[in-house]
Amino acid sequence: MAERSFSVARLPGFSTIALGVFVCLYLPIVTLVVYSFNGGPSIAVWQGVSLHWYSEAWGNQAVKDATIRSLIIALCASAIATTLATLAALGTTRRAGFKGQTVIYVMINQPLMVPEIVTAVALLIFFASIKVATGYQGLGYLIAAHSAFCIPFAYLPIRARLEGMDTVLETAAADLYATPWQTFRHVTLPLLAPGIAAGAMLAFVISLDDVVITEFVKSGGQDTLPTYMLGQLRRAITPEVNAISSVLLGLTVALLTVFFLLTKRRN
Amino acid sequence: MSRAEESQRRASARNGWLLSAPALVLLALAASGPLLIVFVYSFLEKGQYGNVIWDFSLDGWVGILFSRDIFDDTLKLADAHMTIFWRSVKLSLLTTFITFALGFPTAWFIATRPATQRAMWLFLITIPFWTNLLIRTFAIGEILRTEGLINTVLVKLGIISAPIQMLYNDGAVLVGMAYVYLPLMVLPLFSAIERFDMRLLEAGYDLYASRMQVLRHVILPIVKPGIVAGSILVFVPSLGAYVTPRILGGGKNMMIGNFIELQFGQGRNWPLGAALSMTLLVIVTVALLFYVRAINRGGTGGGHG
Repeated sequence: MAERSFSVARLPGFSTIALGVFVCLYLPIVTLVVYSFNGGPSIAVWQGVSLHWYSEAWGNQAVKDATIRSLIIALCASAIATTLATLAALGTTRRAGFKGQTVIYVMINQPLMVPEIVTAVALLIFFASIKVATGYQGLGYLIAAHSAFCIPFAYLPIRARLEGMDTVLETAAADLYATPWQTFRHVTLPLLAPGIAAGAMLAFVISLDDVVITEFVKSGGQDTLPTYMLGQLRRAITPEVNAISSVLLGLTVALLTVFFLLTKRRN
Repeated sequence: MSRAEESQRRASARNGWLLSAPALVLLALAASGPLLIVFVYSFLEKGQYGNVIWDFSLDGWVGILFSRDIFDDTLKLADAHMTIFWRSVKLSLLTTFITFALGFPTAWFIATRPATQRAMWLFLITIPFWTNLLIRTFAIGEILRTEGLINTVLVKLGIISAPIQMLYNDGAVLVGMAYVYLPLMVLPLFSAIERFDMRLLEAGYDLYASRMQVLRHVILPIVKPGIVAGSILVFVPSLGAYVTPRILGGGKNMMIGNFIELQFGQGRNWPLGAALSMTLLVIVTVALLFYVRAINRGGTGGGHG
């Protein structure tokens, strides 16, 4: 038996470390979710199962407003980012390489590379002067900022999908006298749809989760759910924060699962 | 090339640009364009109540390293700034090291699972990767808190008599950053190890190499591009971290990100904040150039170190 247990790929201790890592990765998250159901006001002393903090959060007007604001921003930003990213993906794939293509790639991926705090500061300065000049204080700034940094997240899965698509069908449609628009509408778009859906979902998750840029761009009274939670830190933490986090967490995991199913079907 | 082909190629390039234009315009307005404003602001004079006065000045850049003595107007090395830079670099390097030490065995473990299980383990790493960074920082913070899980368990077991203060110091920030950035290390390491040809290990063992020798002389050199990629993916956001040090470090244990925010808030020194932002951007860009080089070298493959 001893010689059977020798596997070349086995390195001693690696599996133990790996399993430990998985435990450490999930222990805090699971604890956070478990204590959101705590009956008492503590995040460590268990006082029985209850939905108290969920109803507390639900009844909290500030949380309600922040949730609605987060959803409005995430929906608008993911819609805008996905539309623009789809166009850009169509413009940069499946055609001969052209001059300046690298510039487009760098521009599109720039939000992934620049530290968030630097972009946040830049937008703070820029939008502050526009706010003074125009007097407009609305959600438009947040939607514009979110749309911009969501573009690369929407672009990557759409582009990946497009690159895997042959141009044969489009050529066939053109041979059958379809106009370019008809070809796009009835051939390209349906084939591309899973990629677009995946991109939109990632953009939505990214927008929903953003803290740093939102914190700097928002005007007074424009808290989103994450910035509201960040603000709560200065007070004593109750499981209400855990309840809000758990809901956000559940939403993210659900969207990600759909995302993986969408991208998997391709193969 | 015929003239028809030439004009077709040109039309294709024009369409490429036209289709990309809306995205580029938005990015220029709400992402890259404003960076130029930061660059300009770093050369202006600071306003008394924040904002700037439109006069050329190098004070912002000088202020990164030096502070002006309020009595005799001489320049002195600013110790407080040095402490913040040193903490940022130290914590970012340590985070990179810890995530590698833990991430490499984890990536190896996932890559050596049977194909049917692999996707499941990978998904388990990907979930935290996409989960809100704020929530994950909260989660680790709640565990470390004085009234948190670790202290409660230790006190109950009688190992310690009173809760220990684990939050609001560099150690807490380090644990937090290692926790939130670990998936960024595991994912590129995994894709490098997945492509690794396990037969090379057999060859190594056949030639009487020990496990340690195989690890050092066969595995590590070949998966090096993945190591470089993971290290930079962890180092870059660590250096610019804002949320994690703010939550776990308390007000005193600032990193560069928090220091930049301070200049635009209570510090009321926008030019200094702008100059610090530009410095951070340059460091990150240099790191990313290394990354691109490492990736390209990895792509050609087969090289031995």
